[in-house]
Amino acid sequence: MNESPTNSPWLSRFAWLTAGLTLILISVGGLVTSKGVGMSVPDWPTTYGYNMFLFPVSQWVGGIFYEHSHRLIGSVVGLFTALLTARIWEREAKGWSRRLVYGFILAALAMMGVRSQVSFIVMAVVALLVGIYAGNRAWEEERPLRWWALVAFCAVIVQGVLGGLRVTAMKDAIGIVHGTIAQLFLVLLCLLALCTGRFWQRLKQVASDHAIPGSLRSLLLLATLLIFAQLLLGASMRHQHAGLAVPDFPLAHGRLYPATDPDSMALYNSRRMDHREPKDIQPFHIHLHMAHRAMALVLVGMIPYAAIRVRRALGSTVPAAGQLATAWIGLIVVQAGLGVVTVLTNKPADIATLHVVVGAVTLVVGVVLTVMAREFSIATTRTVLQSRPRPLAAGAPQPQA
Amino acid sequence: MNMKLQLGSILALGMSVQLASAGDITGTIKLTGSAPAEREISTMDPLCRKLHPDKLPTTRFYMTGAEKGLADVVVYLKGITGKSGGAAAEPVVLDQKNCEYLPYVTAAQTGQTITVKNSDPLMHNVHPVPKNRSAGNKEDNKVQMPKAAPLNFTFPAEELFLTFKCDVHPWMFSYVSVFDHPYFAVTDETGKFKISGVPAGKYTVAVVHRKANAGKEVTKDIEVTDAGAVVDLSLEAK
Repeated sequence: MNESPTNSPWLSRFAWLTAGLTLILISVGGLVTSKGVGMSVPDWPTTYGYNMFLFPVSQWVGGIFYEHSHRLIGSVVGLFTALLTARIWEREAKGWSRRLVYGFILAALAMMGVRSQVSFIVMAVVALLVGIYAGNRAWEEERPLRWWALVAFCAVIVQGVLGGLRVTAMKDAIGIVHGTIAQLFLVLLCLLALCTGRFWQRLKQVASDHAIPGSLRSLLLLATLLIFAQLLLGASMRHQHAGLAVPDFPLAHGRLYPATDPDSMALYNSRRMDHREPKDIQPFHIHLHMAHRAMALVLVGMIPYAAIRVRRALGSTVPAAGQLATAWIGLIVVQAGLGVVTVLTNKPADIATLHVVVGAVTLVVGVVLTVMAREFSIATTRTVLQSRPRPLAAGAPQPQA
Repeated sequence: MNMKLQLGSILALGMSVQLASAGDITGTIKLTGSAPAEREISTMDPLCRKLHPDKLPTTRFYMTGAEKGLADVVVYLKGITGKSGGAAAEPVVLDQKNCEYLPYVTAAQTGQTITVKNSDPLMHNVHPVPKNRSAGNKEDNKVQMPKAAPLNFTFPAEELFLTFKCDVHPWMFSYVSVFDHPYFAVTDETGKFKISGVPAGKYTVAVVHRKANAGKEVTKDIEVTDAGAVVDLSLEAK
């Protein structure tokens, strides 16, 4: 993702604020899943028949409190993302395309309070198509910031509708997609915040004079992709609503790898005494859980190694990158610890939710470091290219005012 | 001639009575081994806590009575299908009282109405989560406000321990086993049960508990006569 033509500290701050709100939204969503209260408000887009913004506070009881709060915070994040997108388009575009985007944003905001589920589904389909188009433009353009912002806005619409459909269609699979898009959306907002800030401008200046090894760039990309895969595994585990498939650590049902024959599965299920009475576990849940542990082991080794290499390569040139790398090590250690505690304490909602949140932040740091490393590699290439005279190709995109 | 006719009628009547004879299956299911202690539901929210001023309720996995009689065991005849009288039967009633489902375990016939009441001064959502969806048992999720009219559900296919839950209060569960015949019972708090009006004949009776014997059913072949049949079995806490 390239930078905006002029950096804007306030735009960047607003983007960070939106990202922070998104992290809170993910936390509350994590609590909803951890507490098993996602279906406590059976209707959507209404809440117990009310316009969701008018649902009486006196009725925010039990699981409703978490689910309804999640919906309201989601609406605020949607509104903030709309403002952020509009502001970025105001700065970076003009003419009919900007007017079109404004119209799209206004149309989406006008949907708040609409009670028809079909209308929201239609809007989500439109947002999905617009998002795919914007994503394609973002890949093609040299200055793609506004297109990424539009992708973020489309993502928040699709994400909101998926959350609603998770409730009304009663499908766990939608919950997995909902949980995964949430992480990607957070990453996108953080990148928007990063690229609109002064730090990014300074980084680009430094990057033009320094190079980092290509192997480090690949390592960071691989580690980040593995973190995302780990989050996918985690979301799949959580949204099965089958509770802890393996309740002990470091062994698993007393062995290195648990037996999954029918008799063993029956015994595991009969020994579960959780008052939340989750669904019976199946062999699939055991394999999923063990894959999550194996991946954790890989990441606990890979992230510190990659972080130390970042510190060596960039620590003196870009101190913030070194600090971020150190924080990355801390995050993976804390995250692994939270995973162990989650197992040993039978997955209490607060610990399990913290595990989700730290996982999301770990992914964000991985993406930021990967993007920074990519910028260094590009900068090296540019330095070489700039030393050669190059004619401007006819029809090449011109910078916009 | 008349005498012969009368005698024939009497014999025929006697045979039909013999053919239609039925007995009760009774018995006791006991728990062996040591069951883990039930746990207090400490996550109960303040409104529900008010309904339990003295002591919070506990989980209800292994409810045993005198002489280790085990409650909530489903006892039923195996291999009988197409005998449901559920459509004409009285509804099975589940009540949400003091933020708990009552009873915890019950049973119904296919097509029999399962009526869910809300006796609490607060709202619940009634959320049946069947496993046998391919056979037509449907998941549902309905709001039930305080003192609202009862909600009715029916299920067309057999299923053991079909879950009813409340997501507003995620410790509230009830389990309804659904059979395609009327020959079933659930043990009471002393572990006793009675299946009434079973036609005379040979059967396999099955007993199953959600936790005991690792949730696996135990079967026994029996013969029901006019005098009925007795089934006493034990299930182990593993």
